[in-house]
Amino acid sequence: MAATDIARQVGEGCRTVPLAGHVGFDSLPDQLVNKSVSQGFCFNILCVGETGLGKSTLMDTLFNTKFEGEPATHTQPGVQLRSNTYDLQESNVGLKLTVVSTVGFGDQINKEDSYKPIVEFIDAQFEAYLQEELKIRRVLHTYHDSRIHACLYFIAPTGHSLKSLDLVTMKKLDSKVNIIPIIAKSDAISKSELTKFKIKITSELVSNGVQIYQFPTDDESVAEINGTMNAHLPFAVIGSTEELKIGNKMMKARQYPWGTVQVENEAHCDFVKLREMLIRVNMEDLREQTHTRHYELYRRCKLEEMGFKDTDPDSKPFSLQETYEAKRNEFLGELQKKEEEMRQMFVQRVKEKEAELKEAEKELHEKFDRLKKLHQDEKKKLEDKKKSLDDEVNAFKQRKTAAELLQSQGSQAGGSQTLKRDKEKKNFF
Amino acid sequence: MDPMRGSPSPCSSRPPSPRSPVCGEKLSSYVGIEAVLDQLKIKAMKMGFEFNIMVVGQSGLGKSTMVNTLFKSKVWKSSPQGLGGPTPQTLQLQSVTHVIEEKGVKLKLTVTDTPGFGDQINNDKCWDPILGYINEQYERYLQEEILITRQRHIPDTRVHCCVYFVPPTGHCLRPLDIEFLQRLCRAVNVVPVIARADSLTLEEREAFRQRIQHNLKMHRIDVYPQKCFDEEINDKLLNSKIRDRIPFAVVGADREHIVNGRCVLGRKTKWGIVEVENIAHCEFPLLRDLLIRSHLQDLKDITHNVHYENYRVLRLNESHSLPRGPGWVNLSPAPSGCPLLMHKPSKAHRRVQEDSDDD
Repeated sequence: MAATDIARQVGEGCRTVPLAGHVGFDSLPDQLVNKSVSQGFCFNILCVGETGLGKSTLMDTLFNTKFEGEPATHTQPGVQLRSNTYDLQESNVGLKLTVVSTVGFGDQINKEDSYKPIVEFIDAQFEAYLQEELKIRRVLHTYHDSRIHACLYFIAPTGHSLKSLDLVTMKKLDSKVNIIPIIAKSDAISKSELTKFKIKITSELVSNGVQIYQFPTDDESVAEINGTMNAHLPFAVIGSTEELKIGNKMMKARQYPWGTVQVENEAHCDFVKLREMLIRVNMEDLREQTHTRHYELYRRCKLEEMGFKDTDPDSKPFSLQETYEAKRNEFLGELQKKEEEMRQMFVQRVKEKEAELKEAEKELHEKFDRLKKLHQDEKKKLEDKKKSLDDEVNAFKQRKTAAELLQSQGSQAGGSQTLKRDKEKKNFF
Repeated sequence: MDPMRGSPSPCSSRPPSPRSPVCGEKLSSYVGIEAVLDQLKIKAMKMGFEFNIMVVGQSGLGKSTMVNTLFKSKVWKSSPQGLGGPTPQTLQLQSVTHVIEEKGVKLKLTVTDTPGFGDQINNDKCWDPILGYINEQYERYLQEEILITRQRHIPDTRVHCCVYFVPPTGHCLRPLDIEFLQRLCRAVNVVPVIARADSLTLEEREAFRQRIQHNLKMHRIDVYPQKCFDEEINDKLLNSKIRDRIPFAVVGADREHIVNGRCVLGRKTKWGIVEVENIAHCEFPLLRDLLIRSHLQDLKDITHNVHYENYRVLRLNESHSLPRGPGWVNLSPAPSGCPLLMHKPSKAHRRVQEDSDDD
């Protein structure tokens, strides 16, 4: 009937058409922003570092609040991750912040597997998002995104170089998450040592091929500031939640007998730079990188692992679905095969058992027969014996009666003879 | 992972201060989370926006002129099709894509026109090609989305808004209108407008509008802005005001005339000049504000979150033929089961036939 005939006049890309008046779609970015504000933002930070490097304190300082949590001990048997979610509100912007910290990192004697729980955790978050995305009925726009957007890697302030544990862990994490290395407790290092330390760290990272997060320099408005900040990596930070009176203002600082270290003083540490970069300039870029680069990589690997391909020999309209079906059937077939096998095995066992039982029965029968025969023989013997005994008894009785007869006859003939005879009999007997 | 301990801890109780410069000595308990809004804006401006609009209506109702007036540019070279050229035998969809820029904001606008709609003698199933086109765009997006190696930014060709032109008969909605609106409002955001409203007086317009609203309610046609998606109080108030005035009575014009010394867009007639942007004359400003200035992002969001998801659920359930569960977002209760809209028009033919029989 009515055929669909779509004539697309795109014409070498799209031509730009001049506007004759004010249309009004310059309010589009504002519309978008209002929508996002009403939905709220979420940001997830992972803090990786040895126990006692000041991870929790730094988080408190960054976000100006006291996040709950007790400091961890050094006696953890393995590396665990502790995650907390907080709802922060600033003017009209709501932020759902999730802070994940490692507990017990670097405390074990054998640290070979220290990185594994961290990698598994990050993968688990990607997996959860992938599962939600693959669902048939999904609610992606209200889904609480738990993927890690930024990983702050705390380097111990030794002043020399990176520890091998750090290198190994960072190498494992760099393809999964945006790593921002920071030097923790940097008030323990002097200025000159710090520059040498930073140079050493960057050169080690480069020579080992660790890809840390570079602040984006492609947009003019932030290119300059990001470019300069890139040169200051890794940031040397100090965290403190105590406020001290310096001059006539209250500032966050740490008090030492030889002086006071101000957290927000750029000459003292790079805390302000970190806060600027992490929150005020690049939060959106961090989230975008996580979604478009790290998550897509994970998704691609996972789907290829499951056996899905993009190109099918005969281009089916919905290859994912077909492959899924095929896999399902395959799986069911395997299941059936296994069932068959098990059933066969069961039957065989039953047969064997039956045979065994039959054997035993046969044996018993034989035994019974034997015993019966034995019994019969014995019985016969006994009967023979009894018979012979009976014969003897009969013979004896006969003689006895014969003897008594003779005796009675003798007593009638003469008394003395009987005596004689008695004596003779007696002698005879 | 510990269970979420959402402790609302206000970060800053101070009124928002402008972004404090990076300064060491200045004390501020201001963290700077709201700077993310600026970051979002920058990102959005760099990426640009996309908007796809479809105009549906019989020929001669001023669709092309309306589009030109909306975007104040010669989007369509509106040539009257009736004169000289033969009426198209089949319903053809024509798409034009332009990039327009205003104050640094780039918008990639795609307009799809439907000449030949409702022009034949037998207009049965004339909505099929349109539905097919809409579903084809969803399908295209879905295919891109399920690839293993996806593009960074999937090109969005889905129709965000469909403007339906109701001829100004003055009575009520015709059966063709009702059929079309019923089917389309489940697949796309539909905004009905009364075309060529300069042929109706103000009282006639009001009466016509009331009757149309009554018709829509009776047939349970849910046009944009849909009531079920109002989330906040502000949105509810604003949207209910809009719903009162739907359908807008509009007039399109792309010629300029001088009125009282000002240069305005309007239609010149013997008895006066109808000013398009004068709210006393016609409701074109309302339509423009709704479509562009206030609800453009909302249109896109509803298309993405509701209509596209519905389509996706349908497609994914096809081979399983699972029963529809509670997750199904139904914009308007279908008379007897929802027509399964497939991307092959022939199948849509058959299914829609079943439904029309049931109707």
